[in-house]
Amino acid sequence: MTMRVDLPDETLAGVLAKAFGNRSFLTGLVITLLVAAIALLSFLWTPYDVTRLVIADKTQAPSLAHWFGTDHFGRDILSMIMVGARNSIAVALVAVGIGMGIGVPLGAFAAARGGMADEALMRVNDLVFAFPALLSAIMITAIFGPGAVNAIIAIGIFNIPVFARVARAGALAIWPREFILAARAAGKGMTRISIEHILPNVATLLLVQGTIQFALGILAEAGLSYVGLGAQPPMPSWGRMLFDAQTRMVTAPWMAIFPGMAIVITVLGLNLLGDGIADILDPKSRRRG
Amino acid sequence: MTAYLLKRLIIAALTLVLASMVVFAVMEVLPGDPARLMLGLNASADQVELLRNQMGLNAPVALRYLHWAGGLVSLDFGRSYTYSVPVIDLVRERIAVSLPLALIALALSTVIAIPVGVFSASRQGQAGDTLAMGAAQLGVAVPNFWFALMLIYLFAVWLRLVPAGGFPGWNAGVWTALKSLLLPAIALALPQAAILARVARSALIEVLNEDYIRTARAKGLPYRAVLWRHALRNAMIPVLTILGLQFAFLLAGTIIIENVFYLPGLGRLIFQAITQRDLIVVESIVMLLVAAVILINLIVDFSYAIVDPRLRGRR
Repeated sequence: MTMRVDLPDETLAGVLAKAFGNRSFLTGLVITLLVAAIALLSFLWTPYDVTRLVIADKTQAPSLAHWFGTDHFGRDILSMIMVGARNSIAVALVAVGIGMGIGVPLGAFAAARGGMADEALMRVNDLVFAFPALLSAIMITAIFGPGAVNAIIAIGIFNIPVFARVARAGALAIWPREFILAARAAGKGMTRISIEHILPNVATLLLVQGTIQFALGILAEAGLSYVGLGAQPPMPSWGRMLFDAQTRMVTAPWMAIFPGMAIVITVLGLNLLGDGIADILDPKSRRRG
Repeated sequence: MTAYLLKRLIIAALTLVLASMVVFAVMEVLPGDPARLMLGLNASADQVELLRNQMGLNAPVALRYLHWAGGLVSLDFGRSYTYSVPVIDLVRERIAVSLPLALIALALSTVIAIPVGVFSASRQGQAGDTLAMGAAQLGVAVPNFWFALMLIYLFAVWLRLVPAGGFPGWNAGVWTALKSLLLPAIALALPQAAILARVARSALIEVLNEDYIRTARAKGLPYRAVLWRHALRNAMIPVLTILGLQFAFLLAGTIIIENVFYLPGLGRLIFQAITQRDLIVVESIVMLLVAAVILINLIVDFSYAIVDPRLRGRR
């Protein structure tokens, strides 16, 4: 049986009521779902085919036929943004998965064991944090070759210490509690207690951090693609679109404006969602009213 | 306090040594022979072997690491494979662009963020706070290189106030040089300022709820004095932590921003070096930035002790 001590007085209905009264959570949720829906829609339908180059239509300003204009190959910017959303979401999501999948067990283990294991993990964390994430991601993708997969790995590696730190801090706060003592008295081992009692109680923290890292992952992917190290053409990606736009700022500014806005809106939605979840579930902000 | 500082110092040194080993190991497993690279494809195997011996590439790994790490300490990074000049000369030239850029951006970010954070915290929940934090929320979501493109469009293409890119060099006059660093610095600073303002606000709100703030108000101190002197000082720890992290981020951020503005800084150098497989330049720059990050974190740790008297007493 799992125990949730975080929310002793809360029912699911209570949390839901609070969620739908939280403006930040609602706005974030709507934006995030919308972006996800657009990415899914792009598998079935886009206004134009993004792989077909129509040179006659190149760098057209936004019009009724092309809402966001066309790029230097005559491709429809709106369609490219829709397809690009897939790439951004996939890269950021898998990178968060890598960070959580490796970081959380590490953090939970360090908190459970303490002593040398804990100290060693924190020093390795210090080590990874000493490498500016972006710089290292650039190095990794430059060395192992550009591409979406290497971008995922590069971003994922730097999510590991983040989640390890959050899981460790959260777990350390739970371990001294009485119900853990009860579980130990009942003869449960360190691993079982971590999985059954510690993890459910730090899940909220991890969820909030997850949305933050998701948003950061989208920004990082855009940065890598922008310098040519992320997804490779012809696969449209938001960062790559901005790179193509850079030399055409005078003649075709829409090539830069719309993909950038797509990034901003997506990241904004995720950040609002994360803030909202933290607001709803954080006992501290509840106390403050 | 000495024990606290000593512990931080030892950890920093240890991290630096470990980091140098990681960088060295990564460069070690990479394909590509520097000697072959310098001599070109037409060189004979004997010639390559001779150069490898001259460059010390055939020595045992541990020896080569010690030689390289020893060089780092005395700022001797070795010679660039492609430019055939000491790496330190290349770096010195480029750092004269990147470091001022990061510093200006850090200063800008702080100067914007702290007043906004104070403003918002002192009007918690009011219209001004909502507006400022809404703007900050937006700022956090903006990728700095896109913001840079928008600034170029607005100020360079449209208004023609500043150059769209390039760097005339410090010899062209400080003002002219600064002018070409202005847009890049703003592009770097604003998204960072948004993060910092949010941290400053929440740290201040935390502090403003403390009993000693009520005491200070109760003994008749004006609100402003309490806010700026008592509250802000006590809210500095999280702010300093973020400032330290941000400097690391800004240094790395210059790498991308320099590409947007065609600035001849470390970022452009590292990209050229990566494409030309000039690994000694790559590892030198990475080590330099990592050392900078570790140093900044150490300074942040030390400054905790200055702003937090409780740490001063700790042994």
